[in-house]
Amino acid sequence: MKQLLEGSQAVAEAVRLCRPQVVAAYPITPQTHIIERLAQHVANGELAAEFINAESEFGAASIVLGAVTAGARAFTATASQGLLLMTEVLYNIAGLRLPVVMVCANRAVGAPINIFSDHQDSMSVRDAGWIQLYVESNQEAADSLIQAYRIAEACELPVMVCMDGFLLTHTFEPVALPTQAMVDDYLPAFQFARTLNPDRPMTLGGASEPDNFQEYRVDQHAAMENAQKVVETLDAEFAEQFGRRCGGLMQGYRLDDARTVLLGMGSLMGAVYDAVDQLRDQGQAAGALRLRCFRPFPAQALVQHLKDVQRIIVLEKALSPGAGGIVAAELRAALQQAGIMTPVESVIGGLGGRDLTPDVIEAVFQGIPDTEAGVTSRFAPDHITSASDEAERGEQSYG
Amino acid sequence: MRISTFREIRFHGRGGQGTVSAAALLALAAFEDHFESQAFPKFGSERRGAPVEAYVRISNTTIRAHNQVYTPDVVVIQDAGLLRSEPLLRGLRQGGLIVVNSEQEVDDVGNKNDHFRQVYLPASSIGERHLGRPLPNTVLLGALAAGTGWVSLIALEQAVTKHLSSKGEKMVTANIAALREGYGFVSSEKEPVS
Repeated sequence: MKQLLEGSQAVAEAVRLCRPQVVAAYPITPQTHIIERLAQHVANGELAAEFINAESEFGAASIVLGAVTAGARAFTATASQGLLLMTEVLYNIAGLRLPVVMVCANRAVGAPINIFSDHQDSMSVRDAGWIQLYVESNQEAADSLIQAYRIAEACELPVMVCMDGFLLTHTFEPVALPTQAMVDDYLPAFQFARTLNPDRPMTLGGASEPDNFQEYRVDQHAAMENAQKVVETLDAEFAEQFGRRCGGLMQGYRLDDARTVLLGMGSLMGAVYDAVDQLRDQGQAAGALRLRCFRPFPAQALVQHLKDVQRIIVLEKALSPGAGGIVAAELRAALQQAGIMTPVESVIGGLGGRDLTPDVIEAVFQGIPDTEAGVTSRFAPDHITSASDEAERGEQSYG
Repeated sequence: MRISTFREIRFHGRGGQGTVSAAALLALAAFEDHFESQAFPKFGSERRGAPVEAYVRISNTTIRAHNQVYTPDVVVIQDAGLLRSEPLLRGLRQGGLIVVNSEQEVDDVGNKNDHFRQVYLPASSIGERHLGRPLPNTVLLGALAAGTGWVSLIALEQAVTKHLSSKGEKMVTANIAALREGYGFVSSEKEPVS
């Protein structure tokens, strides 16, 4: 049965259903409601976990690292500069191959300081070795959180569920929460093979010399590559048990016979689907592709979806200053590697909470002219409230 | 053929007036009435007294977009003083409804040619009578329900009961009384607004 839940609450309930034994966090907007809710569950005896209000994000990440080595299922959540303060520990968690799950409530990174949503925070730790899943709705946030523990524990890799701050965390929308029995069935109790145990002493995180460091990275890379299959398989298994899926690695929208496809990540895609419908109504063969799994980067699957498309646009809410769009650059490389020379139009928008409205998205579909020669990415135009769309839905609005 | 329903409501208030809660209550009520609904805030820095906006969408199909509301069918104004400082009616659809918390009608609301329907009610004083504090929220929601017929009074009462249950039975009862008075204020007007 569906309930109208705030995104933070939906994801906190999903965390509770996964029975983590340790929750550690430091509060930061827009992650706070998730952590407040979990603290409440622990205080009310509804979640048998140790709740640790850490002294910083660095501390919070270190605590969940330690918790997993002790064999506990652990959770943390953060955003923006909080995520960046965790950076060193994020690399350690991934390098130690610890199945930590976290939510990044995506928020811009200062300066200038800004509390609103874009993807700069999680994109900037893309090389830390975490699986990154970008979700589109609160339902998918809750479902992906449950899947994240299965994926993390199956791959011995950490998973970051990336949900747009405010746009999802503070939005009430209908969400179906599974029962405890369903989640227990999908997600068995955590058994960590490398649990530290005083009866069997061993070292975790020892130094590595030049003669074997690279081998660790080779293994880590292979595990990440392999995670692509796991993300797909466990989403399919989830669909069988729960009756809905999250899109696996990526999810197409009206891709059949589409000549122009817009690729993006996260909650902006709802408005993109609406724009696609509108363009289709006007006879344009538009489609959309939502990339859910950004790390590992599913290059081959992307090529499969896009190989026959005539025009590809990537709209992304993060920027590598001086280089341009990050997803676009990786997609260009993937297509080129496959011998496909379709140009990729890279558009940056929605930074620091700028609203990507349907008319902006339509303008992106129509093509944004180059403002400067040699620029690899362009910026989305501003929203202009047009009088014409006011009249459009007009009469049917009143019942 | 199924008649398509898609409605957008924008709330304007000040930090501390419960603008975000009002939007959440309306979305909860619409959901109780078996619509799909969505509510979300636009925060600045969270300060008491600062202008706050919140948005609601009500539809009979899945709501996918997560954008702000630019072309509302209804604008609810929790503090008429905001009319002096911000273009609160921007994008309001022709024939749209304005629900204003005010003791009297406000001159120069919108353009005379815009044909908006307007409801003024002293929601703060009604709220104060029921709640002991000048909170206009539930009074305005009652007025909105009566002015549009989009959500039922019973669904709003259920939403208030659910949402405010943690604050005790007294708060629930007082807010339901406030809802009913707001509803009655509009439905008893001689000129029906709808």
